[in-house]
Amino acid sequence: MRKKNRLVLITAACFLLPNFVGFLTFTLGPVVFSFGAAFTNWNLMKTVAFRWVWFENFTKLFTDPDFWLYLVNTIYLMLGIPISIVASLFLAVLLGQKLRGIVAYRTLFYLPSFTAGVALLILWKALYNPNFGPINTLIEMALNAVGLAGVHAPTWLSSTKNLLSLGAERVEIVASQFGLGARDAIIIMGIWTAAGGGNMLLYLAGISNIPQELYEAAGIDGAGRWAQFRHVTWPQLAPTTFFIFIMSFIGGLQGGFEQARVMTLGGPAGTTTTLSYYIYTKAFEEFQIGYASAVAWVLFIMIFAITLINWRFGSRYVNE
Amino acid sequence: MSTSRKRTFSEWWFSTGRFYVSHAFLIAVALTMLLPFLWMIFASFKPMNEIEQFRLNPLPVEWHPENYTDVLNNKDISFKRYYFNSVFVAAWVTLLSCFTSSLAAFAFARMRWPGRDLVFKLYLGTMMIPGVVTMIPNYTLMVKLHLLDSYTGLIVPAAFTAFGTFLLRQFMLTIPRSLDEAATIDGASYWQVFADVILPLARPGLIVLAIFTFMGNYGSFFWPLVLIKSEHLRTLPIGMLYFDTMYGRQTNLIMAASVMNIVPLILLFVLLQKYLVQGIQLGAVKG
Repeated sequence: MRKKNRLVLITAACFLLPNFVGFLTFTLGPVVFSFGAAFTNWNLMKTVAFRWVWFENFTKLFTDPDFWLYLVNTIYLMLGIPISIVASLFLAVLLGQKLRGIVAYRTLFYLPSFTAGVALLILWKALYNPNFGPINTLIEMALNAVGLAGVHAPTWLSSTKNLLSLGAERVEIVASQFGLGARDAIIIMGIWTAAGGGNMLLYLAGISNIPQELYEAAGIDGAGRWAQFRHVTWPQLAPTTFFIFIMSFIGGLQGGFEQARVMTLGGPAGTTTTLSYYIYTKAFEEFQIGYASAVAWVLFIMIFAITLINWRFGSRYVNE
Repeated sequence: MSTSRKRTFSEWWFSTGRFYVSHAFLIAVALTMLLPFLWMIFASFKPMNEIEQFRLNPLPVEWHPENYTDVLNNKDISFKRYYFNSVFVAAWVTLLSCFTSSLAAFAFARMRWPGRDLVFKLYLGTMMIPGVVTMIPNYTLMVKLHLLDSYTGLIVPAAFTAFGTFLLRQFMLTIPRSLDEAATIDGASYWQVFADVILPLARPGLIVLAIFTFMGNYGSFFWPLVLIKSEHLRTLPIGMLYFDTMYGRQTNLIMAASVMNIVPLILLFVLLQKYLVQGIQLGAVKG
């Protein structure tokens, strides 16, 4: 019997090994390694002697106004998340009515998130072009039509303005900053990309899983469409909504890198630099591996906190 | 009289009216999704001066299909090469990752061994770690192994994902256990159970994993960006980035390149739509 057990263990090891070796080398090892690196001043350019600096990276980080600015930028860009989730839900409810042509709609809605990537970011850069981009051309036409020819359309990716009037160089509120700028441009593009994407498909699957009897019962009780949505659809979709929110938050905290690298290089005045782009510049442009690892771990801890909330409260919703 | 008219209106509204309104709204959204793509396609056929001056009619006056050949034959940029690199790297990563993930998933889903649950929790635990955390040490590892600027460096670190193992394990758990028990009684070894029973039944899961891995690596940006220095090793997204940096003012050429970048994706999407929708609804939200 014991011999047989050993045989199973050896066989299991053979099955696991090809993947486990890679997992150890490229995932688990690096996690441990980067934790260690976060407490050093390691620089790949070897401009300074290697030294264990312990918490110096972290104290430097938390007293660095840039870090707080980039954290605020990251959170500002995440403001688009609830909007795009509501849009996904709305589209899914409309498509859930079993209308004709649902596959065609679904395909078109899903197109932006499927083709998302560098090419689409470059396309949006052209769309936002203040001189000949179609967005501003349309805005200027509309302004002319209502007799506001003197009003300037936003300059989008080259403007530090934003809807919350956040200042550009540091965290503060400046009234003259009110308007539409680079950060809002990235949010609008993000909503366009995500509204019809994976979240909408998840909602569609959720809606098709709601038992029809619940609607029939609600209909007998005289519930209108809105009441049916509020008392049947919305509570039945709560686990899906919870899952989507958690995943989007985790994604949002890590987000903004591609947009910054392709569209704005983090500018203007650092307003589109998110934490992940900051880590990229520190690690791969300045080669400050130690400091970049420390920032990456701070990001990781924030994500971990959200995952804890997921574990703590997730079971309350996810009881399917 | 007035109540009966009101009822007919509400009857009409619930039988047909609200569908008209829904369709009108859905068409408006579909157009919003489509218009940027149409603008891109039209712009890719225009001479530059037509892009810079606005006309209500978005169609090109002069059609310039040679924008496309100009991009393909450009001296500074070899898009054919980038296509090859992207497909080559993505295909290798997909192959390796399906192979190693299905083996590991079998060990987790179908075999009993001490420490199994602990190792699986380790896999699960790493899935929420942001990519940038592991990216930095992996880069230094590539520096040490002299794999910067190489196909191997692009392929190997991407080929072992905890996510793929997790997805296939979940899929294998749905296969009835009686099937492999019957095979074991007939004297089949673990390897035979894996190759002849489980793997054929796990095919839908493998297809979903293959599509997501391929797509994710075809469009992968961060890793090739930091790893590749040579022009001939650039993948498509990196090639696009440099093309945009060098020829950013020639929007018509940039848009032609973007169209060429996106068209294979759209074709793939139309062909594989069924699996993709299934995969996302299985919980494969991560690429």
